[in-house]
Amino acid sequence: MTEKVLIVDDDKAYLNILSERMRNRGMEVTTTASPVEALRIVETQSFDAIVLDLMMPEMGGIEAFQRIKERNPDLQVIFLTGNPSVSTGVDAMRLGAMDFIPKPADLNELTEKIKQAKVSRAILVEKQAQAKLKKVLTEKSR
Amino acid sequence: MATGANEIEFAGIQFFGKMSASISHEIKNVLAVINENAGLLEDICFMADGGKPVDISRLKKIAVDVKDQVRRADRIVTVMNRFAHSADEPSTETDLGELTALLRLLAMRFAAMHGVAIETLAPPVPVRVTTSPFGLLNLLWICLDCAMTATGSGKMVELVAEKTTEGGLVRFRKFEQPGAASVADIALGKLSALPRMLNATVAADSTKTELVVRLHQSPQF
Repeated sequence: MTEKVLIVDDDKAYLNILSERMRNRGMEVTTTASPVEALRIVETQSFDAIVLDLMMPEMGGIEAFQRIKERNPDLQVIFLTGNPSVSTGVDAMRLGAMDFIPKPADLNELTEKIKQAKVSRAILVEKQAQAKLKKVLTEKSR
Repeated sequence: MATGANEIEFAGIQFFGKMSASISHEIKNVLAVINENAGLLEDICFMADGGKPVDISRLKKIAVDVKDQVRRADRIVTVMNRFAHSADEPSTETDLGELTALLRLLAMRFAAMHGVAIETLAPPVPVRVTTSPFGLLNLLWICLDCAMTATGSGKMVELVAEKTTEGGLVRFRKFEQPGAASVADIALGKLSALPRMLNATVAADSTKTELVVRLHQSPQF
């Protein structure tokens, strides 16, 4: 099954070329240059991973990440940024990002992270389904 | 307690660091696009090895895209070079119109982050003052940074250089009252030694809708 990915980056040239390469690898890719638009997209579609630029006009990547996580806590977010500082990466991870990759990114590494994100999300969804089932069975047995 | 000289030195280093970080970020974004184009070429070669015909028009598009990014990088590095050379001389004849245009280019990324547009109007005659170009850029940046914060998203800050009998001035305008007054207060409160060193004053105009940096000649360095 293909990985479903949303890429959010205000650099349209980067967005186009990265999405083309990811599609060549069999991924289903949605792109947007606007973090506000990204919030709308995640309301109606599900993704295995979101690749999110850390610094964007309109709304910073951290704020976008927090708002996405509020609505969809299971979503796996990988930050991508031209700001290579360690502290930025640590901040992103502390907030609950799945990973942090500096630009220029190694696409093989990014692909690997996306596959991991898909597995992590599947485990989370499975756990939630089991917890829901357990709750229903417990209520019925009373 | 920091002395005026220390304050100026620290503000200068901070300014240089902020601009360098921003420029390096922009260069990294360009490198990222070039890197992906190189990666796409590798993908195409790999697919060609597997028997897929090569789409020549796609190769041409990659060449065009890489050239675009090289031009983008060249613009960034040219601005960086002009900025770096602004620190060459402690005092030299400086064109205020050119300096405000350079400030606009340096501040474009910050403006985009604030959601603010910056415009510069070329003065009808060159406005030349003898000053520290780097020190003045620093002061104008502090004012612009405050103006961008005060004016808010979706707005504009316009920079205009004008000749005066005392030397020259730079107006920050197009933001609405009572923004200008508070901007001036913030700018002055942040740094007092730098305007003194440049023999400059920063204040809102009488209508409180513009922030004006006035340069009085016979600078004290």
